[in-house]
Amino acid sequence: MGLTNEIIKQKLVEKFGEQVSDFDETYGLLSFKAPKELNLKVLQFLYDDTTLQFQFLTDLTGVHYPDKIGQELAVIYHLHNLSANIRLRFKVFTNIDTPDIFTATKLFAAANWMERETYDFFGVNFVGHLNLKRILNVEEMDYFPLRKEYPLEDQTRIDKDDEMFGRGGSIV
Amino acid sequence: MRPVRFNIHPKEANTSTAVSVVEAPNGYSGEGFFTAKLSDVVGLARKNSMWPLPFATSCCGIEFMATAAAHYDLARFGAERMAFTPRQCDLMMVMGTISKKMAPVVKQVYMQMAEPRWVMAVGACASSGGIFDTYSVLQGIDQVVPVDVYVPGCPPRPEAILDGFMRIQDLVGQESIRRRNSNQYKALLESYGIE
Repeated sequence: MGLTNEIIKQKLVEKFGEQVSDFDETYGLLSFKAPKELNLKVLQFLYDDTTLQFQFLTDLTGVHYPDKIGQELAVIYHLHNLSANIRLRFKVFTNIDTPDIFTATKLFAAANWMERETYDFFGVNFVGHLNLKRILNVEEMDYFPLRKEYPLEDQTRIDKDDEMFGRGGSIV
Repeated sequence: MRPVRFNIHPKEANTSTAVSVVEAPNGYSGEGFFTAKLSDVVGLARKNSMWPLPFATSCCGIEFMATAAAHYDLARFGAERMAFTPRQCDLMMVMGTISKKMAPVVKQVYMQMAEPRWVMAVGACASSGGIFDTYSVLQGIDQVVPVDVYVPGCPPRPEAILDGFMRIQDLVGQESIRRRNSNQYKALLESYGIE
């Protein structure tokens, strides 16, 4: 019955051809990627198409891959077709020097806070977002804490002996 | 069938030793008079009627609920009157992880309390950040407000919280009534940016 991953994949390839790639079905969950310039076109197509109807944005987040030169930052959209109860993941990648991604807030109101969160932690610049400022961290924070060049630990703390925590000191 | 009866031999409560009264401070007494140091009397009154302000953000707060409930019974120490307005409270009990975004709130609550005021950091997170050695968590509330007593534990058992409370009582009972006007105290508050 109804919608399957094969149909979704077929529809996407029909519409976007070579530009959608890296199809994968880990644990039955379809995921694929597209160039970042196409993110809104793909989302709009998934939203509008009468068979696909991915009209619910479950989650939007980022990942930092420091080793993927030129594609360091990923933005991942989790979409849900509520009538067929099928989910998928849609990824776009951007380089870290110009992390500009078009905002999805015009399509999904839910993207507003989630894009602010992704900006807060990864510094992804969502072009067209009306209120792109920090949402969870303190406003005076001057870096993006989930980028992997920054250490996890609080750097203001001076009372901890690093040697006791297995970092720095004589244990390297 | 054997009838079930309770309280076959009702036991009379012995209340002659159940009510305890605090000991009078050191002083001179004679027929019809008693003299003592004012600070001792004030301290005695203060320490046996502390009004705590529970600032509970996580699991230590649950332990505090047990502490305040019937079994551990914080009311035995004259501290059953929790208030959620800082303006009436003497003791701020910070229980739980304080994130950096929460830090200004802790400070503001402290600043709204009237002197004399005390602060107790309950648990590892409030005392030092605990296991959360991370960018978003305040590494101990003593970075924003002066702390009188630290209670270790993750979370501390109610007995530990009571012990911490009794140490607060010792501080309160022995405090000089001039301490809050001293230059040392003013310098302490100034170092936190609190007037």
